[in-house]
Amino acid sequence: MILIELFFTFLKIGSFTFGGGYAMITMIQYEAERHNWLTQAELVDFVALSESTPGPLAVNMATFVGIRTGGIPGAAAATLGIVLPSFLIILIIAKCFTRFKDHKTVRGIMSGLKPAVAGMIGTAFLSVGRTVFFPSGLKSGCFSDASFLICLGIFAVTAVMAFKKVHPIRIILLSAVLGIGAGFGLGL
Amino acid sequence: MNLLPDLFLTFFKIGLFTFGGGYAMIPLIQREVCTNKKWLKEQELTDIVAIAESTPGPIAVNAATFVGFRTGGLTGACIATLGVVLPSFLVISLISFALNAFQDNKAVQYAFMGIRAAVLALILKALWMMFRSAKKNPFSYFIMGAALILTAFLKTDAVFVIIGCGLFGLIWSLRNRKEQSRDTD
Repeated sequence: MILIELFFTFLKIGSFTFGGGYAMITMIQYEAERHNWLTQAELVDFVALSESTPGPLAVNMATFVGIRTGGIPGAAAATLGIVLPSFLIILIIAKCFTRFKDHKTVRGIMSGLKPAVAGMIGTAFLSVGRTVFFPSGLKSGCFSDASFLICLGIFAVTAVMAFKKVHPIRIILLSAVLGIGAGFGLGL
Repeated sequence: MNLLPDLFLTFFKIGLFTFGGGYAMIPLIQREVCTNKKWLKEQELTDIVAIAESTPGPIAVNAATFVGFRTGGLTGACIATLGVVLPSFLVISLISFALNAFQDNKAVQYAFMGIRAAVLALILKALWMMFRSAKKNPFSYFIMGAALILTAFLKTDAVFVIIGCGLFGLIWSLRNRKEQSRDTD
C-alpha cells in the first residue's frame, strides 16, 4: 500500500540524512526510481520549490513526493516518516547525554560520514547535471543545442552568485526570469 | 501565555519564516528561543547545532524537539515539532496544487528550465561546503571517492554507504588512537 510504503521509505531516508538536505537528493532519487514514483526532472523541480518555500529542505521534499504519489494522506505519511527518526534521537540525547558531540565514538563515526555525504552530494550533482544539460540523453549535436547553451549560461551565472553567498531564493527567482526570457526570446 | 500554545506558535513562526533550512535558520531560532522566550541559553543552542550536525534530520526539527522537551516534556517536544513542520506541509500542499494547474503553461516550463540550472549551481555550492568541512587527508578523499562511485555508478543504496562509511570512520579512528597512545608510551 502506498501510504505504508511512503512512510517506511521516508523513515529510512530520515534515519540517514546527515549534513543537510542535499545528500537526500541521491537517496530520494534511488527510491523514486525503484518505486517508479517520479521522473528525474520532477525531482529537480521539487528541489527548487523546496528551496524557495519556508521550512527545512528535507521536510519540504518529503511532503512534495508524498503529495504527488499519495495525495494529502501521502504527504502526511512521508512527513511523519522523515521527522520521526530525528525526533526520537533528539529525545534520547536530551534525556541522556548532553556531551554527545564530544563523545569519541561519535567523532569517529562523523570522520567517515562527512566525506561520504560529500561523495553523495557529488552523485546528486552528476545526476541533476544530466537532467539539466541532456534531458533527452547524450546524442550528436546536443552540445550546440540552443537549450544546452542557455542552461550552461544560466548555470554559470547562478553558480557565481551561489559562491558569492547570494540568497538561494534570489538565485532561483533570477534563474526563472532568465529561463522565461531566453525561452520566449529564442522561441524554443 | 500557556507554555504549550506558546511553544506551538513560536515554532510555527520559525517554520514559516525560515527559507532554505540548515544554518540559515539559526539566527531566527536564536532570536525567538534565546532572546525573546529565554527557553535556552546561547551556549545550549550552540550545543544543539553541534548535535544536529552529528544526528540525522534538519536542524530546525532537532532544535524544536530539544527545546520542546526541555520546557514541556514529551508533550512539549511533540507540540514544538508539529509547529515547525506544519508551515512546510501547508505551503507545499498549496504549491503542489498550483503546479498541477499551471504545468502546461509555456512560461512555467521556461521558468523551470532556468530554475533547474540554478538548482545545479546550488548543489555545487553544497558540495563545496561539505568538501571543505570534511578533513583533508587521504582517508577522507578515499571515502569521498568510494561514496561517489558506489552511489553514482554502481547504484548502491545510499543507506548502506552511510552505514559503511560511518563504521569505517569509527574503526579508523580507534586504530589511530591506539597507535597514538603507543607512540606516547
